[in-house]
Amino acid sequence: MAYEHQIDYDQRVIEIRGLYKSFGSLKVLQGVDLDVFKGENVVVLGRSGTGKSVLIKIIAGLLPPDAGTVDVLGRRVSELSEEALRALRLKLGFSFQNSALYDSMSIRENLEFPVIRNMPAMNKSSLNDLVKETLDAVGLLNKIDRMPSELSGGQRKRIGIARTLMLKPEIMLYDEPTAGLDPVTSVEINKLINEVQERYNTSAIIITHDLACAKTTGDRVVMLFEGKVAKEGSFQEVFASDDPEVQNFYNYNFIQ
Amino acid sequence: MDACFPRHRVLRFASILQQAGKFSIRISLANETTSKSGLGARWEELTLGLYDAVRFLGRLFRQAVSRPFDFQEIIRQCYEIGYRSLPLITLTGFVTGIVFTKQSRPSLVSFGATSWLPSLIAIAMIRALAPLVTALICAGKVGSNIGAELGSMKVTEQIDAMEVSGSRPFNFLIVTRVAASTLMIPVLAMYCAFVGLLGSFLNIYQNEKTSFVTFIADAFEQISFLDLGTSLTKAISFGFTIGAVACYKGFYASNGTQGVGKAANTAVVLSMFLIFMEELVIVQVSNWLR
Repeated sequence: MAYEHQIDYDQRVIEIRGLYKSFGSLKVLQGVDLDVFKGENVVVLGRSGTGKSVLIKIIAGLLPPDAGTVDVLGRRVSELSEEALRALRLKLGFSFQNSALYDSMSIRENLEFPVIRNMPAMNKSSLNDLVKETLDAVGLLNKIDRMPSELSGGQRKRIGIARTLMLKPEIMLYDEPTAGLDPVTSVEINKLINEVQERYNTSAIIITHDLACAKTTGDRVVMLFEGKVAKEGSFQEVFASDDPEVQNFYNYNFIQ
Repeated sequence: MDACFPRHRVLRFASILQQAGKFSIRISLANETTSKSGLGARWEELTLGLYDAVRFLGRLFRQAVSRPFDFQEIIRQCYEIGYRSLPLITLTGFVTGIVFTKQSRPSLVSFGATSWLPSLIAIAMIRALAPLVTALICAGKVGSNIGAELGSMKVTEQIDAMEVSGSRPFNFLIVTRVAASTLMIPVLAMYCAFVGLLGSFLNIYQNEKTSFVTFIADAFEQISFLDLGTSLTKAISFGFTIGAVACYKGFYASNGTQGVGKAANTAVVLSMFLIFMEELVIVQVSNWLR
């Protein structure tokens, strides 16, 4: 399915240069350079342990880098004050691998929470309309008063994405959006990622090792090997390579 | 504070101190290689632990006085910590009052001084038992609850989700719980003293047929404002300790479900240890003032 979206190659929303990160003796990122342009979905592929999730946690300021720079919407993340970082994060949507729904709150309260915390002046009826509109956008309006424990994995993922959309982010960061989901639900999530890009005009980094997800959602694919960007380009360009690591990845995902 | 004293600088400081301390380590330990790595790791762990705790307390005080104030959440936490602990505190306080009276009676009977029972029980309950018993019960009940709840929120990335949505989880989760615990433990301690004295009165009434008015008059005859102030200071300090330790352990939990268990467990053990230390210090100071 073709999705209408514009990519502005003159405007970098994320600019990463020479990024290094280690945990003790374990070297995770070893000099990553990456750009994300406005309106673009970039898929970051790589084997487990190559630092894909660490990369987006550094972008969101959840982890500090050891070396290198990360600029998000023109602001250097590691140099921001607590309050400036909080303001920047309002423009970021982070979809966690396990959805990270607040399990003591209902779906409605989950969606209301970031808005109440950041825009306390919003009146109740506008907030209610916004919750319904966002739940409708992810196709789960009928689950509004359920608890997270009553939902399936795919539904939880959708609600997690819906919660990030409540603040109308400019950049989405998806951590393994299809991990642990069946193929049919995975297709639905891929479709949702593209709908979010089109409807909310977001740029995104999608961390995955699911090639179907990469092929469907990525305008550009970046492959990480041993903490560095090894391949970059469109899905076809990256997988046209006869590099054995790339081919192993491809063959496993498409069972060839 | 993080900008001035980043973690790597603290580690460097720890390593310099460790280097300085090597001379004494060499003298005292024959097997230097084995001991150095063990002691080095412990020293680093201790330094980082202290650094993290001081940084946590600094952030706690800073955030506590900065807007927005989550009054609604503080009230909800007061209900969770205070109201939900009432049955346990009622039972414990009441039984403590009865048992302490029963066990004190034989000694006083041998001196023919059973009339001193009400003042003895009041001194024991108000000066020492009520704040201490309340704090120990709440360290177990409230501390483990907060440690496990925040720990599981941490390992399931719910706290990170609040952080990346700009929702100020520190204010919402930590400041509110520490404030509620600091407010509620003194209230529970006063209530514990009341039910303890009530239990004691029932036992004294059954044995000595003392009227309630006489019991109260005798009980409060020996109680000074210093006793009440010391007791209140202890309860406030215990309440803060329980809330801060449990929140700290939960907020920095790691390693999945095992980490949640560890957070709950260390929240209880460490807060109980600190409660006893604070008891020792406050009693010493109040004795100097007496």
